[in-house]
Amino acid sequence: MTKLNSKIPEGPLDKKWDKHKLNIKLVSPANKEKLNIIVVGTGLAGSSAAASLAELGYNVKIFCFQDSPRRAHSIAAQGGINAAKNYQNDNDSVSRLFYDTIKGGDFRSREANTYRLAQLSGAIIDQSVAQGVPFARDYAGYLDNRSFGGTLVSRTFYARGQTGQQLLLGAYGALNRQIHTEKIKMFPNREMLDLVKIDGKARGIIVRNLITGKIEKYGAHAVVIASGGYANVFCLSTNAMGSNAGCIWQAYKKGAFFSNPGFVQIHPTCIPVHGEQQSKLTLMSESLRNDGRIWVPKDKTRAEKLRKSKTPASDATKISEDQRDYYLERRYPAYGNLVPRDVASRAAKERCDADFGVNASGNAVFLDFKHAIKKLGKKEIEKRYGNLFDMYYKLTADNPYEAPMQIYPAAHYTMGGSWVDYNLMTTIPGLYSIGEANFSDHGANRLGASALMQGLADGYFILPYTIGDYLANDINTPAIDINTPEFDEATKNVENRIDKLLSIDGSKTVDFFHKELYNIMWNHVGISRNKEGLKKAIALIKKLKEDFWKDLKIPKEKHTVNQELEKAGRVADFIELSELMAKDALSRNESCGGHFREDFQTDEGEALRDDSNYTYVSAWEYKGKDEEPIMHKENLIFENINLSKRSYK
Amino acid sequence: MNFTLKIWRQKDAKSKGCFKIYNVSDINSDTTFLEMLDILNNRLVLEGKEEPVAFAHDCREGICGMCGLFINGRANGPDSGVTACQLMMRKFKDGDTITVEPWRAKPFPVVKDLIVDRSAFDKILQVGGYISVNTGSAQEANTLLISQKNAEEAFDAAACIGCGACVATCKNSSAMLFVASKISHLARLPQGKIEAVERAKNMVAKMDELGFGGCSNTGACSVECPKNISLSHIAKLNREFIKAKFKK
Ligand SMILES: Cc1cc2nc3c(=O)[nH]c(=O)nc-3n(C[C@H](O)[C@H](O)[C@H](O)COP(=O)(O)OP(=O)(O)OC[C@H]3O[C@@H](n4cnc5c(N)ncnc54)[C@H](O)[C@@H]3O)c2cc1C
Ligand code: SF4
Ligand code: FES
Repeated sequence: MTKLNSKIPEGPLDKKWDKHKLNIKLVSPANKEKLNIIVVGTGLAGSSAAASLAELGYNVKIFCFQDSPRRAHSIAAQGGINAAKNYQNDNDSVSRLFYDTIKGGDFRSREANTYRLAQLSGAIIDQSVAQGVPFARDYAGYLDNRSFGGTLVSRTFYARGQTGQQLLLGAYGALNRQIHTEKIKMFPNREMLDLVKIDGKARGIIVRNLITGKIEKYGAHAVVIASGGYANVFCLSTNAMGSNAGCIWQAYKKGAFFSNPGFVQIHPTCIPVHGEQQSKLTLMSESLRNDGRIWVPKDKTRAEKLRKSKTPASDATKISEDQRDYYLERRYPAYGNLVPRDVASRAAKERCDADFGVNASGNAVFLDFKHAIKKLGKKEIEKRYGNLFDMYYKLTADNPYEAPMQIYPAAHYTMGGSWVDYNLMTTIPGLYSIGEANFSDHGANRLGASALMQGLADGYFILPYTIGDYLANDINTPAIDINTPEFDEATKNVENRIDKLLSIDGSKTVDFFHKELYNIMWNHVGISRNKEGLKKAIALIKKLKEDFWKDLKIPKEKHTVNQELEKAGRVADFIELSELMAKDALSRNESCGGHFREDFQTDEGEALRDDSNYTYVSAWEYKGKDEEPIMHKENLIFENINLSKRSYK
Repeated sequence: MNFTLKIWRQKDAKSKGCFKIYNVSDINSDTTFLEMLDILNNRLVLEGKEEPVAFAHDCREGICGMCGLFINGRANGPDSGVTACQLMMRKFKDGDTITVEPWRAKPFPVVKDLIVDRSAFDKILQVGGYISVNTGSAQEANTLLISQKNAEEAFDAAACIGCGACVATCKNSSAMLFVASKISHLARLPQGKIEAVERAKNMVAKMDELGFGGCSNTGACSVECPKNISLSHIAKLNREFIKAKFKK
């Protein structure tokens, strides 16, 4: 009964993409000029797609909620971007990057997509360098690499600790160039609030102008969602304050299936939560695990002393080597501190739950550079991580050159998202989803430095071809008229929802509800889950949703900047999405990647995967407001690799 | 900690603004400046008497460039090398009175309260702040060697976050540091040299057209730049610009 057709091409793995490209329909240059495309999002995925589409001759309208496209959340990515260039001659290859990514994702992603991603990785580096991205170089002027978690080769390209910024500025440059030629029209300060479908096809969007409050409608032959991830369901996450699930959630309600909503990545190295007044958590790049060593005291009473101390970090320097438990090196001798994120996060939680935590709340472990500084010198460490150390010092007032950092896991990235086929099209014809917004390439866990790679592969090299296959059938469709009942109805729905939010007049702010949601999700749908907890979470979320719509209070101004109204809409979506995340996690009776079920683990506390029953992608179909959603399954077929136990020991 | 805040309130671009006084109490010293404003805003929402203070922000880690504020007469307050979102309340003394204003510069009109319109920056970059390469036409990356020194210097310039602190600080509202950072970033790389002269000419012309003032070399911009963009990039811009003049 499954309605899912992934459109994976036949043939050998390494020929699939080439073959597919040959079979894709082409649109003539003259016809491209007549076709309009909407792109929502100006991060790496959206900017790269919009620029490439405009270069091909399509007319593009692009939207973001920030005041400039350059401020999309991709700007914050720190550590790097992977590519199978094998510049280090350490036996890297497309096949190895493919295998690492599939294994890193715990064998829950499509072979064909992941292989294509690895194939395209090299061209992304070429393109970025041509745009002027100042990647790190060695003394002879060649590109430099570093290692990231989950791999044993050095394939990560980086621009100090600001790789995302530099890549985005490259793509933003390409975008600007097309804005200048008027092939792209840029709409900043706009938030998409609904998708418009005509005859079953995606034909436009409804947005709110965040400055004037005006509800605006825009039409196009196809719509591309590049709105990023939804880790902000956890209000204390590493994502930007405005990152939201709105676009993919509206699309879901209009018929775009939502895949693997429960697959969330909790990043192991973030600055721990301190106090009640915090608004977000700051990531300390994974690259730090190249040289930093993670530990807690071997002795519980020692840890307890640290928890009571006012200066735990400097006290820690006095703890001798034989009293330190470098628990990742102990448990995973092959990968040590470079195990994948999910493994490192769980291990930190395990130590802290067992009372070895090292800050006042008991939720922190040490990341120590003592040995690295001794071996490489302070200067070299400064060169590698200077800006990260400075940032840490500014935020915490502790100096990582002198005492270890304190870190703890935090919600960071969402592997789930809109279900898409090999062409990156959702289950709504003409609606595409790219970058973190889709579910495609990372299975149940994403390897570090692979999100930037995926966003840019989607935007530069995949979508510009695959969208032609759809649009080739649309060359006789005139520009989409926005004065139709479909557009009017969607506008009405958006206005009604805004009016409803404004009229509640309760007693609690949006932030209150977002924090409540965080507590539910972090405790029950976070690093580890179990059946009882997930059921409890679903009940709690239902209750929270009722309270939200009864007791919310926001300012009433509609025709001006109203940031509380913006937040309210986003949190309303998060609450609904949370329920689906919990349901998805409950339906998967196995542990895989970021989805760790306490009720499915080995005696040693490692994840227990169930390949015979769960080698599938879940794809949830919305059935209406008070109806239960239906889960469809896309079975994953592995023709080229054996599903092995994912071991990093 | 307790503070008295003197905050600029302005309904929209057309209205006249004024300062209003607010008190906040029990602020943790580990709180950031923006979190302190969150606390005030949550209170204002619950009181329901006036709108919360509108201010722009997103990443809250000093990289998106969205959050600039004029605090006690300085761009982003008393700390140096930080954005408003990275400014910690421990940098103030308990009981301090803190004045908070939007960027003040003619090319950045106030949108509401502390939010200004910085679209002029995008417009400058649109006329040439890039290398004109189409997707797909790039050469193999390692066939283009770039000395580590040039790559690092290009990076230093490319680190600009487009926040506008330089313009807000400059008595002439000059955008020189912002423009120079992009020109210098690209002119230091071989792949950016080909268009360097044209780029400088177009971007400077656009900057002038949008009403930014001239540079009188006071250097205040660089001192207040949260990313420590160096004045040397302005010298580089001037060199490119002189070349542009000679070409004419
Ligand atoms: C702190 C941090 C560090 C990271 N470091 C790395 C790293 O080193 N390497 C790596 O590979 N990955 C990293 N990641 C992950 C990676 O940065 C993201 O997955 C990736 O940048 C997402 O890009 P995107 O284009 O899909 O979305 P984003 O960059 O999030 O862009 C989303 C865009 O959509 C727009 N948008 C969203 N909702 C709406 C709406 N409703 N209406 C209109 N517009 C909307 C936004 O305005 C924005 O323009 C990091 C992530 C974080 C949080
Ligand atoms: S030069 Fe500095 S102050 Fe000016 S916009 Fe760039 S980062 Fe901001
Ligand atoms: S909010 Fe992004 S720089 Fe301050």
